[in-house]
Amino acid sequence: MRLLPWTVYLTLAGALLSLAAGRRSAAAARWAALATAVAAWGVALLAGTRFIPASSLQTLTDLAWIPAMGVRYHLAVDGISLTLLVLTGLAATAGVLFSWNIEESTGEFFALFLTLVAGVYGVFLSADAILFFVFYEVAIVPKYFLIAKWGSTNREYGAMKLALYSFAGSAMVLAGLLWVYAAGSAHSFGFADLAQAAATLPRHHQIAVFALVFFGFATLAGMFPLHTWAPTGHVAAPTAASMLLAGVVMKLGAYGCLRIALPLSPVGFAYWQTPIAWLALVGIVYAGLVALMQEDLKFVIGYSSVSHMGFVLLGIAAATAQSVGGAVLQMFSHGIIAGLLFAVVGRMVYDRTHTRMLADLRAMPLYRLLPFAATVFVVAGMASMGLPGFSGFPAELSILVGTWKAFPAWAAVGALGVLVAAAFTLRAIQQGFFGSWPTGSAAAEGGARAHSLPPITLPEKAGALLLVAATVVVGLRPDLLLNWINPALQSPLLQAVIRGGTP
Amino acid sequence: MNPDYVALFNALRPETALVLGALAVLGLDMAIDRRRPVGERQRYALWVAAIAIAAAFVPAWHGPRGQVFGSVLVLDHLAVATRLGVLVLTMLTLGVIRAAPVRHPAEYIAVMLFAATGLMLMAAAQQLLLAFLALELASLSLYVITGIGSARPDAAEAALKYFLFGGMAAAFLLFGFSLIYGVTGSIELPVIAAQISVQGTNPILLVALVMVLVAFGFKVAAAPFHLWAPDVYQGAPAPSAALIASASKLAGFALFTRLLWPGFHAASGSAATFAGGPGWLPAVAVVCAASLLLGNFAALAQVNVRRLLAYSAIAHAGAMLLGVMAAGRSGPGPLFYYASTYGLATVGAFGVVTTVAISSRCEKISDLAGLYRRSPFLAATMTVYILSLAGIPPLAGFFGKLMVFSAALQLGGVAGPAGWLALLAIALSAVALYYYLIVVKQVLVADPPANSGPVAAPAATKLALGAAAALIILLGLFPGVILGLFQ
Repeated sequence: MRLLPWTVYLTLAGALLSLAAGRRSAAAARWAALATAVAAWGVALLAGTRFIPASSLQTLTDLAWIPAMGVRYHLAVDGISLTLLVLTGLAATAGVLFSWNIEESTGEFFALFLTLVAGVYGVFLSADAILFFVFYEVAIVPKYFLIAKWGSTNREYGAMKLALYSFAGSAMVLAGLLWVYAAGSAHSFGFADLAQAAATLPRHHQIAVFALVFFGFATLAGMFPLHTWAPTGHVAAPTAASMLLAGVVMKLGAYGCLRIALPLSPVGFAYWQTPIAWLALVGIVYAGLVALMQEDLKFVIGYSSVSHMGFVLLGIAAATAQSVGGAVLQMFSHGIIAGLLFAVVGRMVYDRTHTRMLADLRAMPLYRLLPFAATVFVVAGMASMGLPGFSGFPAELSILVGTWKAFPAWAAVGALGVLVAAAFTLRAIQQGFFGSWPTGSAAAEGGARAHSLPPITLPEKAGALLLVAATVVVGLRPDLLLNWINPALQSPLLQAVIRGGTP
Repeated sequence: MNPDYVALFNALRPETALVLGALAVLGLDMAIDRRRPVGERQRYALWVAAIAIAAAFVPAWHGPRGQVFGSVLVLDHLAVATRLGVLVLTMLTLGVIRAAPVRHPAEYIAVMLFAATGLMLMAAAQQLLLAFLALELASLSLYVITGIGSARPDAAEAALKYFLFGGMAAAFLLFGFSLIYGVTGSIELPVIAAQISVQGTNPILLVALVMVLVAFGFKVAAAPFHLWAPDVYQGAPAPSAALIASASKLAGFALFTRLLWPGFHAASGSAATFAGGPGWLPAVAVVCAASLLLGNFAALAQVNVRRLLAYSAIAHAGAMLLGVMAAGRSGPGPLFYYASTYGLATVGAFGVVTTVAISSRCEKISDLAGLYRRSPFLAATMTVYILSLAGIPPLAGFFGKLMVFSAALQLGGVAGPAGWLALLAIALSAVALYYYLIVVKQVLVADPPANSGPVAAPAATKLALGAAAALIILLGLFPGVILGLFQ
């Protein structure tokens, strides 16, 4: 447990190490990055085995940082953050494995990648709003460079759009936090102190503050209509960055909504609950329908991420213990599945066929050319549709059931979203991977050998198996994570907004 | 008053060291052969100046505190911190000079030391006459180094423009001071403060305050008194522009914060609501809003790096004016932190631009393209400076914004205009990120032009740039170091 802050320190040190190793050789930088990612993940897993679930945040480090403002360097963990720490380690490790083929400025790539990961670890560990914010921004800046330098389609546009949306969102958060701190005469930026300070504000101020903080975070979580950065950013990003973006960074936004915005002002939440839920529902259905229409396979997955993050926001908005628990589980589940989907499309398929357009893919039988990729994509697709046995199932089920108990209408619309998700996933699987050579073409006669593609490499297989294993394990034993998550939902701060004592 | 010249000399040891240093620079240049290459003369002059600044640093740190020579000077937290800040920023500027071939190195560096002397006196002045003289010593020196360093015609244009605007501002300031003397019968700030609180405000005093604010706006390049800034930043030799943007701004804020809060606080008006009688706060708020809006939006359209830095400076002046408004309640700590760390980043940015210009043109933002290939060191430091200006944590620029904005919000929350201005400033910082990212994108992402070679920075410049970047990172990680100076 005490070791958990070392996830941040190790990863930062690893960033410097791979920068230095990159001057020697690309291989050295890769191995340094892999060792770092595995070590930090190991720390998170080790802490998980020793973790004793409790309702309160368990402090790891607590030092005065800016005494004049009461800002503290306060790291703490509970079941929610531990779940996401484990996810971060997993996504980072898989991300390194899937960027094994980066040849241009390898050291710099992994240095930025690991800096981003360190920022994400830091956010999940922060128990002080300013510290949270600092780590949050540390995670934003490297994204810009990863996309602008190593990205593909329209990368400078995608990177700038993503950076500006993220920063505008975080500016709203900062404005809200400072407003509460100053107007409520808080003495520190601890979550409980801020909530107390917010409670002293007049009602309409609380509503405004809640809107600033919640929608600021929701921007990064991809909430409709603030989601437009996500598809373009995901498509432009290099594979590992897409995996992290969809897998972990969007979770930062949802985590901020849950950890900071919700407890900050129950009054503000009560006012905004219905609009948030409907925005989440519109996001689920709309993004799903858009995904159904896309011709670029990466855009399909980009919009599917927005749709699946809509479930997370729906679970948070419904604010029952079961739906919020499901939302955290969905964060974990979507982190793995989105990573897997992006890995197959961005790395396994695009790097070999140099196309992601469904029109081109329909004209080649990928299931014969790249059987491994096709298999993984089908498995990931099934998980993404929420089939039993995969992590998506318990997550979306408990969100919908939890929502049903409080707001049946929302759950009904959400269930419609599950259907749409099945439709766009099946379409992507069918058109992307089970095409056939155009009849009469040379390839059709010469067989697959004429068009043989480079085989799937070992790191790719390792990364894919890692993620598939995780989604199956959580799908079969969701209680592993729910046992961590549910006690954390009983904390006094969250109980002020969450209905229903025990799930 | 019994003049205590020993105490005065004791308190002014740092300034004495600077003046002696300036004379030594000139003398040494006379003594060695003036036909030697400019680079060599510059090296000697820089060494002497660096020793003088180092010698000034010790008494500025350890020197006496409190009122000096009656109440002509005051060495409180703000004065001591500002004097140290001016010395550090001037020292860093010397490193920048090494990369900039200035025409008359000895004269240039000597005048720069005189400017630093003026800035140091501005930080401590508590009497209108001394304040004016210190301001003019600094300003006249800055006009000179804007003009003499370079043979380019736009340097002469910049110097003339700066001089004409500055002369006008000085006239306003002097007129304002004389009206204040007429109303209160004193040039000592403590007496003026007491008089104003007894008399209350009257129209003549308000006219005087507006005149003081005009000079203030000019000195710190706040809109609508900013018109000189883009041309000077663009045309002046880079070290002059760096000093004008950093140390001069810091000292300007220190001087005017001292005039406004301890001096004219009785005529401030209410910070929370601006109700309860007219005062200077509403005027500062207007200037603040104008600077924030104009600086940030005009910067979006710039293609020249230095003009971009100028408009960014105007925007930052707006944010620092928020710090001035909040200084009455929260003390000058946040303002000083903001202004000094902003100065570090600006000196650094000008240093990088100058160093790149050694080997190729560096005027447009696109001239920085591919700097990461041409000089990884310059690219890394430039990234630190620009991201700090943009307010990205954990760099110092973020904590400056954090402290200033939260201090401003504490003035009556969001109900008051100060709160609205703070929210405006936070919103505009998202706008600002765009133009800062454009610069960083050129530095780190774009490919270098085909015909460009590596950039070699002189050792002294590298040292200065490295020190500035390190300070920005360290002060960001440990903001308490500077705030501790104010406790």
